[in-house]
Amino acid sequence: MSVTVTRRSNASTIFLIVALLAVVLFVAAPWWAGRAELRLFGEFFLYLGLACLWNLLAGYAGLVSVGQQAYVGFGGYLLFALAIHFNVHPLLIVPVIALLGAAISVPVGLLVFRLHGAYFAIGTWVVAEVFRLSAAQITILGGGSGTSLPVSVVKSIAQSRSDRESYVYWAALFLVLLIVSISFAFLRSRQGLALTAIRDNEQAAESLGINISRTKFLVYVLTAALTAALGALIFLQKLRISPDAAFNVNDWTAFVIFIVVIGGIGTLEGPIIGTLLFFLLRESLADLGTFYLMILGVVAIVIMIRAPRGIWGFISNKFGIELFPITRRVL
Amino acid sequence: MDWINIIVQGILIGGLYALFAAGLSLIFGVMRLVNIAHGDLIVLAAFLGLTVTASIGIHPLTALLIVVPIMAMVGYALQYLLLNRTMGDDILPPLLVTFGLSVIIQNALLEVYSADPQKLQSGPLETASISIGSINIGVLPLLMFVVAIAVIGGLQWLFYKTAIGRAFRATSDNADIAQLMGLNKAHVFGLAMALSLSVVAIAGIFLGMRTAFDPASGPARLIFGFEAVIIGGLGNLWGTLIGGVILGVAQGIGAKINPGWQLLAGHCAFLLVLAIRPKGLFPRVEH
Repeated sequence: MSVTVTRRSNASTIFLIVALLAVVLFVAAPWWAGRAELRLFGEFFLYLGLACLWNLLAGYAGLVSVGQQAYVGFGGYLLFALAIHFNVHPLLIVPVIALLGAAISVPVGLLVFRLHGAYFAIGTWVVAEVFRLSAAQITILGGGSGTSLPVSVVKSIAQSRSDRESYVYWAALFLVLLIVSISFAFLRSRQGLALTAIRDNEQAAESLGINISRTKFLVYVLTAALTAALGALIFLQKLRISPDAAFNVNDWTAFVIFIVVIGGIGTLEGPIIGTLLFFLLRESLADLGTFYLMILGVVAIVIMIRAPRGIWGFISNKFGIELFPITRRVL
Repeated sequence: MDWINIIVQGILIGGLYALFAAGLSLIFGVMRLVNIAHGDLIVLAAFLGLTVTASIGIHPLTALLIVVPIMAMVGYALQYLLLNRTMGDDILPPLLVTFGLSVIIQNALLEVYSADPQKLQSGPLETASISIGSINIGVLPLLMFVVAIAVIGGLQWLFYKTAIGRAFRATSDNADIAQLMGLNKAHVFGLAMALSLSVVAIAGIFLGMRTAFDPASGPARLIFGFEAVIIGGLGNLWGTLIGGVILGVAQGIGAKINPGWQLLAGHCAFLLVLAIRPKGLFPRVEH
């Protein structure tokens, strides 16, 4: 009798086909979608990217950061600084920004890793505040009131507005696909197995010889790099930056946390479901203003207490399906 | 002389930061809970003070008699009905629930009181000062500092000299065994949060008397309190006072050099302590 071990399932195969179709559809979006839709899709991808990264950080590595806006703002500011002062195509700078994001996250990480649990969370927030206050001191980038991307730089992306918006959109789509693929590949790798073990039981993982702090640090640096790249694209889409917008805890962390918690923390599918739901809610409830945020807060609290693994956790528990083939099963 | 003045003012404002920190330190000590909504609760208390003073026309300090019991009840209910359900080995649920709470409180305050900055009017107390040599010391900051010392002294006494303090310490050491010894864990946690929010109420009223506040002021207060806790050393109540003072003095010095550096200097002092003394300056001795 032969036994096979597989990661694939019917659900994951169907999902792969649907996902590939969706990717083709979204790549072609500049030809079929209107300007407003394209902008919405772009924003959707950027939030999806932030959610995947925060999920990797908090859901898998147990590093609950409420300071990821530090890297969003860092990436945004760096893009403006480099694009204005060096005459390079803004999109070509994005990979450089990711590298610089990784570089800055090493000393920051060494410092905040001295704090644990919830204190780590607030420590990362302090760092984000330091970044925000420092950015407000940079007078050549507008100080506290911020600055706009000069027309010459904007024109260097593409001459026409529709071309420019398409390029930034494709960049966002490409980056989020990269982030999802990296998360997926990472979780299937040896390091990912270590990470999943840490997620499930830190002590047991350590006793099996996993170097926990090194794995966590690696995840911290990786997510910082990619978050900085996302930040660069976010502000390339907005064309304007200010310290309060760039290092905004609500926009770049609170929403992202709600997305991941509601969708399902510690799963790759969760952030996708969460981002979809977040945008559906936002488009239908945004008129409610402050009530909308209160509703989000209440929903997140109820989910955290009643169904800590979120919507996706509930579905996968009930039906035993997994869209991203990560866990192994014996057939 | 300028510098001495700045340092004195910094020390006094440190009292307010210690008040922010004491409530945070207390619940961490008893139940390892870090309340992300702590700052927003301080601001909530300040707004409650505003409503009380405006509606019955009393002095903010008198309003404490109403705001402190209200906040204590809010604390007990919050812990008993909501936060107790999140307590466990996993740090994520309490963190995310209090984070959600923070967003809810901020937006609820925005809805009720609008985004306009408010201030609690405390009459002649606002401008009264005592001069010692060439230094003018405001009566209000001095009062704040004295109250901070009194609150911390009171908490210290409560923790080490009373039955409820013994219950707190026992639950802190091992909640399950304390439960076996007949303590109701859920109730003890509720009392700890009630106590924490009583301190929050005092901090909120003083915050409102000293500066303008608005619904978005909470997170910065949480951060100041947190920095004071870490600088002073986790679990050390008197340490939080010293932490608050260091933070206040650093901010004062920063502001003197460049007005934009006030907050930055405070944060840098915190990061510096974190870099060289990660356990804080006066960590509690491990037993």
